[in-house]
Amino acid sequence: MPGLHFLANPARFRRFSQRALPGLALATVLALLVGLYMALIQSPPDYQQGETVRIMFLHVPSAWLAMAGYALLAALGAALLVWRHPLAALMARAAAPVGACFALVCLLTGSLWGRPMWGTYWVWDARLTSMLLLFFLYLGHIALSRAYDDPDRGDRAAAILALVGVINLPIIKFSVDWWNTLHQPASVARLGGPAIHPTILIPLLWMAGTFLLLFILLVLLRTETEIDRRRLEIAEAA
Amino acid sequence: MSDHAVFILAAYLVGLVILGGLTIASLSARLKVRRELEARGLDRPREQRARAT
Repeated sequence: MPGLHFLANPARFRRFSQRALPGLALATVLALLVGLYMALIQSPPDYQQGETVRIMFLHVPSAWLAMAGYALLAALGAALLVWRHPLAALMARAAAPVGACFALVCLLTGSLWGRPMWGTYWVWDARLTSMLLLFFLYLGHIALSRAYDDPDRGDRAAAILALVGVINLPIIKFSVDWWNTLHQPASVARLGGPAIHPTILIPLLWMAGTFLLLFILLVLLRTETEIDRRRLEIAEAA
Repeated sequence: MSDHAVFILAAYLVGLVILGGLTIASLSARLKVRRELEARGLDRPREQRARAT
């Protein structure tokens, strides 16, 4: 927490981000190259799903990051509304499009995985529908934060949406347990431990780590841009 | 790969286009804002700007 408080100052955050970005970018590219090798070449086909299991290495990490990104938006929303955290609004503006892109990758790759496995690109099943709702919540957040002439009002309205929409996260997670769905139940984050063989689990976790690096990289980069954009707006207004 | 290769390649292409596009858009927005800051002389810390004036 003291570290986060230290970064609450936009100028300090900018200095931290400028130092962190080059190393983070290099680590992301290297991790992505290794991850793609593991996902497309090294990992074996699944005994039931065959080669299509390789879509999982994109689909599942995207879903995790889309959900984690929304949890971040909610936390930033709370920080903005409760503590008027100076950086929270700017970081939420930066993070929402990143989370939306991960949600879109999850939906589209899931659809491309569903066609050979289920015989259809889409069903109105609880998991798919709640994930689609998450994507719309992201779009709503992006639209709302830019809908007002006064950016502070837009940020506050978007923060409220982020806090209300967070109820969708447990619905996405437990939808496969609460309802009878075509989507498979949890096979990694479950009580009895992962139900996936290590030869497939390790590339999956590697790709999840890579996507996390990419997420952090993009959020830092875009937050820096938002800070500078706000400085330009203030300079124009003065 | 199998006869499902088209779905696998399409999924990776979708990932590349969306996440690659987002990265390029983020970088170009960063460069554009930085250029505007430089043009207005706002790219240096406040103390340095005060000393320069």
